[in-house]
Amino acid sequence: MSLLEVKGIKAYYGQIEALHGISFALAEGEITAVLGANGAGKTTTLRAICGMVRTTGQVMLEGENVVGMSTEKIVARHKIAHVPEGRGTFTRVTTEENLRLGAFTRRDKEIEQDYERVYHYFPRLKERRSQQAGTLSGGEQQMLAIGRALMLRPRIMLLDEPSFGLAPIITEELFRILAQINREERVSMLVVEQNANLAINISTTAYLLETGEVAMSGPAKDIMNDEQVRKSYLGY
Amino acid sequence: MDLFIEQTVSGIASGAIYACLALAVVMIYQAIDHFNFAQGEMAMFSTYIAWWMIDPTAGLGLPFIVAFFACIAVSFIGGAAIERIVFAPIANAPVLSHIIVFIALFSIFNSLAGFLFDFTPKQFMTPFTHDPLIEGIVSYHRAGMVLVTLVMLALIYVFFRYTPVGLAMRAAAAAPDSARLVGINVGMMLSLGWGLAAAVGAVAGMLIAPITFLTPDMMLGTLLYGFAGAVVGGLTSPFGAVVGGFLVGIVENLMGTFVVGSQLKLTVALVLIIVVLLVKPAGLFGRVVVKRV
Repeated sequence: MSLLEVKGIKAYYGQIEALHGISFALAEGEITAVLGANGAGKTTTLRAICGMVRTTGQVMLEGENVVGMSTEKIVARHKIAHVPEGRGTFTRVTTEENLRLGAFTRRDKEIEQDYERVYHYFPRLKERRSQQAGTLSGGEQQMLAIGRALMLRPRIMLLDEPSFGLAPIITEELFRILAQINREERVSMLVVEQNANLAINISTTAYLLETGEVAMSGPAKDIMNDEQVRKSYLGY
Repeated sequence: MDLFIEQTVSGIASGAIYACLALAVVMIYQAIDHFNFAQGEMAMFSTYIAWWMIDPTAGLGLPFIVAFFACIAVSFIGGAAIERIVFAPIANAPVLSHIIVFIALFSIFNSLAGFLFDFTPKQFMTPFTHDPLIEGIVSYHRAGMVLVTLVMLALIYVFFRYTPVGLAMRAAAAAPDSARLVGINVGMMLSLGWGLAAAVGAVAGMLIAPITFLTPDMMLGTLLYGFAGAVVGGLTSPFGAVVGGFLVGIVENLMGTFVVGSQLKLTVALVLIIVVLLVKPAGLFGRVVVKRV
């Protein structure tokens, strides 16, 4: 059974249908990339999984259809951590309070030691632990967003354009750490990216979205070698 | 000099009330980004509920201390219910809709209090007595008022600063979408915020009623002072609101006694609001929230 299976979902902003019946699956422990140009529906797909946009169809998480369930309930029940577009930093509170918020649904006693786990991946955050989060740099805020997601001890992480607005050197480091987190924490990941090269490199499976539909899918290596994809999305 | 000390101390005592109301105002402002104009009327109505619980002829005849805490509980539930029933459905409506609803709530509570309990001023008891604590300067009741306020503030500070739910409430108010994504039920947090604000307001009402007498209009002036306190201290800072409340109390009393006369006391509060907004819009303690794009 797939950890996450999406069957024929349509998503709506008001009257406008933004996704026209998308299906895909995310296998346990894998990284799956969702590629596509602007407006292809990548962000909407992630929002639909988390119940943040009106959706029809089926989103099966661990065998349960979560369409129609509230966002906070989906998060709490299925340990699904969404790192949103624009990072979703709680700007008015400190770095460490942001991390604490990530663990909001947890009731165990190990929250304190999980700060250290996050700092192990992102030592920069430790230096900034008591700083107001709104004053962190873009890269640091992206690290914080991923750190906050880790604090949930997620089974699945949804990452919406982690490279957005970051210098290439930071982006590369970020993806290296994402791959490391995937290995060490056994977290399955669904990565939405415009920077197809980066995403495909760490992924096993890839989906290509075009105007709200799945245009192509398969093992990341095959997608990467497809002539059409290379020309349109990889640029060589 | 005696008069100066007397007026300062008396200012601190009324400041305690303003501080309570300012705090309630700031708590709701933090949660929904608007001033709740009906805050004072909600507090007044809570006080009537307490009066009804205490009064042996018209009401239940409960001991003061029981009624005090029961009234806080009822107000908490009432405040939370108002958020659920009235404000949750219009959460995404424009500011003006909120303001209209505030005004509606204001007149509903005002008229309802008059209708249920009539408009004649009622005496409201104090557990502290009106006997002087220091002859000619401060009574037991006024000292008790300050004490109760400070204790309540300390509790609220600890709640927001050191508990996960307090942190979640701050997060839900500042960034609702992100809050949902970490599993916070934003609607519940807003409701909780309204409940707390109503409870704080109830305490303010029960403290001030022994001085002003209980009437449906008792909060009109007081709420303005509360707003002034909130603005002076800074709308983003609960701590600032409290200090602002005390400051407004002192300034109002001293200005009233030595400069403008008691007729113009209320004007002092309004002038304070304007001056602060002109000179330091974030208030004395308000954080100018740094945003990085």
